[in-house]
Formats: sequence, C-alpha cells, structure tokens
Amino acid sequence: MASKKEEKKEKKSKKVDYNKWGYFFIAPFFIIFIVFSLIPLISTFVNSLYENYRVGLMTVGPDFIGLENFKSIFESDILRYIGNTALIWVAGFIPQIVVSLLLSIWFTSTDLKIRFQQFLKTVIYMPNLIMASAFAMLFFTLFSDNGPVNSILVKSGFFSENVRFLAEVGWTRTLIATMNFLMWYGNTTIMLMAGIMSIDTSIYEAARIDGANPVQTFFRITMPLLMPIFIYVLITSLIGGIQMFDVPQILTNGEGTPNRTSMTLIMYLNKHLASKNYGMAGAVSVVTFIITSVLSFSIYTTTMNKYRSMTGAKK
Amino acid sequence: MKTLIRYIIYFILIALVVFSLFPFFVLIINATRLHSEIQKGFSALPGLAFGQNLVKLMSNDNVPILRALFNSVFVSSMCAILTTYFSSMTAYGVYMYNFKGKNAALKTIMMIMMIPTQCSTLGFLKLLSAFGLIDTLAALYIPAIAAPVVFFYMYQAMQSTLPYSIVEAARIDGCHEVSIFNRIVLHMMKPAIAVQAIFSFVGSWNNYFVPALVISSKEKKTIPIMIAQLRSADYQKFDMGQVYMTICIAIVPLMIVYLCLSRFIIKGVSLGAVKE
Repeated sequence: MASKKEEKKEKKSKKVDYNKWGYFFIAPFFIIFIVFSLIPLISTFVNSLYENYRVGLMTVGPDFIGLENFKSIFESDILRYIGNTALIWVAGFIPQIVVSLLLSIWFTSTDLKIRFQQFLKTVIYMPNLIMASAFAMLFFTLFSDNGPVNSILVKSGFFSENVRFLAEVGWTRTLIATMNFLMWYGNTTIMLMAGIMSIDTSIYEAARIDGANPVQTFFRITMPLLMPIFIYVLITSLIGGIQMFDVPQILTNGEGTPNRTSMTLIMYLNKHLASKNYGMAGAVSVVTFIITSVLSFSIYTTTMNKYRSMTGAKK
Repeated sequence: MKTLIRYIIYFILIALVVFSLFPFFVLIINATRLHSEIQKGFSALPGLAFGQNLVKLMSNDNVPILRALFNSVFVSSMCAILTTYFSSMTAYGVYMYNFKGKNAALKTIMMIMMIPTQCSTLGFLKLLSAFGLIDTLAALYIPAIAAPVVFFYMYQAMQSTLPYSIVEAARIDGCHEVSIFNRIVLHMMKPAIAVQAIFSFVGSWNNYFVPALVISSKEKKTIPIMIAQLRSADYQKFDMGQVYMTICIAIVPLMIVYLCLSRFIIKGVSLGAVKE
C-alpha cells in the first residue's frame, strides 16, 4: 500500500517535471507574437494620440494631441471610404453566398448525383489561390479601354463602341465585387459542403417520410444545422471585406478612381502609412480595429442566439 | 421534370466554369502574342511569340523579374517552413502538457486570430526601423513564426490524430522531449503540416500590403510589388506581351502546382471547417 502511494507520488512529480516542457514549446510563438504583433498593436494605439507626420524632409512631432487625429480623419472622408468598402463587400458577398449555397446543395444532393464533381470543385476553387494583385492587374488589362473585353463585345455587336469601364463608378465597383466573388465562392462552397455532409442523413430521411418538400427541407433542416459554419463563413468574409486592399489598390493604382469612389478603408490607411503620416495612420488603424471587433462580436452573438432559439439547444 | 432541372443545373455549372476560366484563358492566349498583335484586337487563337515575350521580359532591366521570382520563392518557402514548424511546436506544447496558464495561452491565441494584421502595421513598421530590419527580406518571414490560424489547425489535427500513449511510450523508451517532437510528432502530423505549408506558401506568395511598405530597394522586391510597379508605370508605353507574361509568371506556376495537388488541397480546406 505504502509503496503504491509512493509510486503514485513519484509519477505525479515526474508529470509535473514533464509539464514544464510546455513552456519551452510555446515560447518561440509567444516571444515572436509579443515582439512583432502585440507591441506593434499597442504602439499603433499610442501613435494615434500623437501628432506625427512628414512634410518634405521635415518631420513634425511626435507631440501629444489627444483625440485630434480622430477628429481630423472623421472630418475628412473616412466615412465615405467605410461606405465604399461596405458597398463593394455586400455586392460581392450576396452573389457569393447564394451561388455557394446552391452549389453546395447540388453537389451534396443524392437525387441529382452531379457528375465531374472533382473537376468542378478544382475549377471553382482555383481563383482563391491566385495572387490578388496579379488577378487585379489581369482584370485591368482585360477591361482597359482597348482591351480584349471591349474588343470581344464590340466585335460581337453587344456594344457599338468601346466602354471605358474604369472611368465609370458603377463598372469599377462591379469589377472589384466580381473579382472578390470569383476569388471566394469556391472556398465558401467547399466550406458549406463540408457542413452539409456532416449533417446526419437520417434527419433527411425522416423529413422525406414526413412529406417535406426540398424547399422546406432546406429552410427547416439544412439551414439551421448549417448555422455554425454559415456564421464562420460570414465572419471570415466580413473580416476579409474590411481588409479589402490588393484588388482595388492595383485596379485603380491606389487612387480609388473615379473620384475616390472605390477607395477602401485599408487603401486610405496605406496612403497614410506610405507618406509616413503616422498620427493619422494610427487613428485609421484604431477605427479599423474597433469596426472589426464590434461587427464580428455582434454577428456572432445575434446569429448564435437565433440559432439556439431555432434548434432549442442549450450550448 | 427532374431531367429538365438537371439540364438547368448543368447549364449553370458550365456557365460558372466558363466564367471562372475566361480571364485565365485570355491571359494565356495573350502571353503568346506580340504587342502589335494584341493591339489589333482579341483573337481566340494563340500566337507564336511565347518564347519571344519571355526572352524580352527577362532582358528588361526595369523589371528584374528573375530576381523578384527568387525573392518570392525564398520568402514564401521560409514562411512555410517557419510557420508550420513553430505552430506545430506551439500546438504540441498546448496539447501535450498541463502547465499553468495553458488555458490563458489558448484563449490569447484565439483572440489574436480575429485582429486584422493591418491594424498593427504602423507599429510593426516603427519596430522594424528601430531594429534596422526595414527593407530586408527577414522582416517578411520572421513574424511567420507566430501564426495563430495555423496553430489552431494543428491543435485540432493533433486532437484527432495524435494519441497520448505514443508519446508516453517514447518517454518510457528514454526519448528526450525535444526529439519526441522532432522525430515522432512531426512525422505523424505530416499530412496536416503539408496542407498548412501549402497554404502559408501561397499566402506569403500573394502577400502585397506589408511587403510593399517594408521593401523599397529594387533587388529585394517580390512579385506582387513588381506587378504594382507595372500598374503604376505609364501603361500605354508598355509592351503588352511583356505585361501579360509578367502576370503569367505570377499566376501560372502556382496554378500548375495546384492542379497537381488539387484533391489534397480541397480536402485540406474542408477539414478546418467541419471541426469548427
């Protein structure tokens, strides 16, 4: 008896010994995280309270000025840029989620038995891995005034003369939204498919026996059970939307042409960072941070509450 | 009725495929045509000038594409190696050991996942200039050591594929903790590591925001910066054959690798989703 206790004790002490290795394994990650992410994040917040910019070769500041930077970015056009970002994101996200839901239901349907699935998945996912800046450059050349798209449309008689796609507000925004759609609908489809396939098939059988039609099955069974993945897709897409930068930056050469109607929030931040206007850049970063946190938190809580009330689960 | 629906669905799918592939089709066609041919208007038939465009681009001193290609491959490989190794290490530390503050560590990592990198870029740039790392390639891959998304994926993968008993057996056999990780855990986690290595390689290959702010000298530029440079140059004066060729170099090598590994990559995408 006594020896057993001792053995246990020894085992326990040995375990504690091993557990100290945990710190060794997580140390590099946390050191790099603290140095390259946490300290910069705090320093960004601090910088937003200082006047610090460059005029020619002269550097002004840093001088503490409180919330003046925030005042000046809100007096300039930041709200307009937030609006642009939101509009372009919505214009890309709605077709993305609709097409992805349809595709994922078709691909997983046992009635339809869609063929060439692997090929289709490969093709629709491909644009997701493409370099966004190269993709935007490609669209820029395709839709330029004398580009191939104009050439094709005029030759085939759709348009009587070349359209200046990148000089028109609607077209420029549509192009950016289209690129976002093309780059992300494949990814979303695969995510939603994984979600649908993890739903227990016996629920569908039960629904069929009870005489539910496909529309009812979709809204009453698939959608509620898909909610967690749906929220995940929504939040990641939203965070990605707030970060929208590469595509509009390259397409409009950083100007947000025509007349800054396609200037996004991060393009505005980039402009301040590139011109070493650190005070203002800090303020824009803080605003971006707050928007991201508020949006993802509120989406998460509201949709999860809805989900809980729909399924009656206490999770 | 059912066959009609099937036809409509197939029609929509074909339309989507055409829509997705069309830009790449034009890209490849135009990369094989001369500037003068491209200016005349679009034709669906490829030209014969692929080699000529490539040679012209290689010898263009304003666009050091080979150097940029080398830089991009180097930075992306370093990112892939550092991210997967250190994230697996962190995931193993959190998964295997019960140390004080373990839950706090896990929660911190989950919280960082939500913060867009752009929010801390200003401080990051200031830090780089304080360390003398501004305009170096190291600044692009060292931060890859702390990648919360990869950590999270590896942590989940370990929960489903790494039994504690194997680690305990190795301990009894007298294997050192560090070599247990290097020899056994890394080996067992190979499939998950491969998926994450591909994604971090691609992510770093495509990254534009931070490199554009960090890198300024010509011989350190990566491919995305080169593309941006093409865009900001006077577009009308450019040889369009070379422009299409540059875009080709940025896109096509990755596309070929993707087509070879597509089954594996697509499986990797959905793996992360189900366990959410």
